[in-house]
Amino acid sequence: MYISSVLSSLTVLALAGGSGMSAGALISSLYVFALAAFLGYQVISRVPPLLHTPLMSATNAISAISVVGSIVTAGAGYNAVSTTLGFIAVVSAMINVVGGFLITDRMLKMFKDKIGGGDARDKKE
Amino acid sequence: MDAKTYFIEFSYLLASILFIYGLKGLSHPQTARRGMNSAAAGMLVAIIGTLLHHEIIDYTWIIVGLLVGGLIGAAMSIWMPMTAMPQRTALSHAFGALAASLVGISEYYRHVVDLGETLPSAKMAALGFEVLFGSLTVTGSLLAFVKLQELMRGTPITYKGQNIINVSLFIAAAVIFIYLIYDPSQTTLFYVMVVLSFLFGILLVLPIGSADMPVVMSLMNSYAGLASAATGFAIGNNVLIIAGTLDGFSGFILSILMCKAMNRSVTNVLFGAFGSAGTDTSSTVEGTMREVQVDDVAVQLAYARQVVFVPGYGLATAQAQHAVRELAEALQHRGVLVKYAIHPVAGRMPGHMNVLLAEANVPYSQLYELEQINPEMPATDVAVVVGANDVVNPDARDNPKSPIAGMPIIEVDRSTNVVVLKRGKGKGFSGLENPLFFKPNTGMLYGDAKASLTKLAQAVQQA
Repeated sequence: MYISSVLSSLTVLALAGGSGMSAGALISSLYVFALAAFLGYQVISRVPPLLHTPLMSATNAISAISVVGSIVTAGAGYNAVSTTLGFIAVVSAMINVVGGFLITDRMLKMFKDKIGGGDARDKKE
Repeated sequence: MDAKTYFIEFSYLLASILFIYGLKGLSHPQTARRGMNSAAAGMLVAIIGTLLHHEIIDYTWIIVGLLVGGLIGAAMSIWMPMTAMPQRTALSHAFGALAASLVGISEYYRHVVDLGETLPSAKMAALGFEVLFGSLTVTGSLLAFVKLQELMRGTPITYKGQNIINVSLFIAAAVIFIYLIYDPSQTTLFYVMVVLSFLFGILLVLPIGSADMPVVMSLMNSYAGLASAATGFAIGNNVLIIAGTLDGFSGFILSILMCKAMNRSVTNVLFGAFGSAGTDTSSTVEGTMREVQVDDVAVQLAYARQVVFVPGYGLATAQAQHAVRELAEALQHRGVLVKYAIHPVAGRMPGHMNVLLAEANVPYSQLYELEQINPEMPATDVAVVVGANDVVNPDARDNPKSPIAGMPIIEVDRSTNVVVLKRGKGKGFSGLENPLFFKPNTGMLYGDAKASLTKLAQAVQQA
């Protein structure tokens, strides 16, 4: 965690000192990042420990959105290397998209409040 | 912008909103499925939008990739047993990070090697971060998978100067990274950085024991997400930044929760090589372990008012989740109040026990968290420990010299009677002596947990 925070700040510093990428685009990316981080913290800290495994597989499926970057790389015909790497990236990201959402749903289906309206004593709280 | 670009950008915006809405649904089991359905719909919208991208000239590899990946993903999720959940999650972190780092490497190759362009520092920084964190997550998660699948021993592997080697390796990779930001044309250095991060991922996870896996899994979750977010910075795509950041923060929050549940810092988990030989400073234990028989335990359970089950990783290895539910149902049938106490780090990943018990049809209203159940322990007649060890070790509370001192535990020793289901007389995974086993009110029931629980259920029905 130390490592990642130090490196994130390094990256941000480097980005700030960087040239080339338009300053406006960079700033708006940082806005998006900061707001997503804030929102993510708010939303995810409300997830009960009960659902922490589904949470992990759900966020994993969602971050497989990198498939959209892979699709362009695989199909733009830049060069043979990029196409090959892009293809492998599409496969691995897609494993997570399909696998992630299916397994999350399979897990969530199992969480039941009570068995067929059975024991009323379980509903103590 | 032409109409197509507007449509693509709009599909990304919609996807981002649906992702956040979907995660919000996870705050309650009743809204979780609906939420995840909308998140999946968001993913579909984003993929359809991307397929219209103007740079795409050939769909062959895209379609083959989508189909192959989709089929593998579907097959894995349909046929994978629930007990293999930690392994699958470790693998999925590796896949996610692989996708991110490959896109990064490909972008670098295209601009610098193929077209001979100079990358702007900002783009190089994002690419470098993506590749650095992506690659170390790939190998780190793969090694975690190998350990969880028990293809190799789960005990920490340590050697002299390990931390120094790891830290210097990482510093070397980081220095190359920073140098590349100022001179992106050094292709050899770029490849060296990739290799170093792959290597670092392995060396980082090598000294970490299976019991610390919940932290490693959460960290890898976080890194994979951050790598995706960096991809978003590199190719200027907001939905990637948002989804990656959500994943990154989720993993970050989970790692903090896991560390708190063990009263340790992340640094200590990563570099402490916990559970290796020679760290045992547990209190010298006096007394003997008292072995008990199925019939005696069954009577104890059958005439109890409240019974609390404390599952640990042993429940998963023995596949005993259904057997424990059967016993619980037999007890409830007799009017015994049954509860399950779930420690945050029980098992190999966050929430591991909850999923297993849910699979066995245990209603979640019977699952209690650490803080909820501990005040009830003195009013509990029998606490049944199924394959858990460290999370019920009273040394964590009583012995400040213990390696796990300060770790919050489920205080089963405060209940009237304790029954510990254990495979053999050996020490637990961490190799620590557990004074709980030597207390006068503790009975040890040896044998396979699943078999013992089934016998107990039968005996309770006859009692």
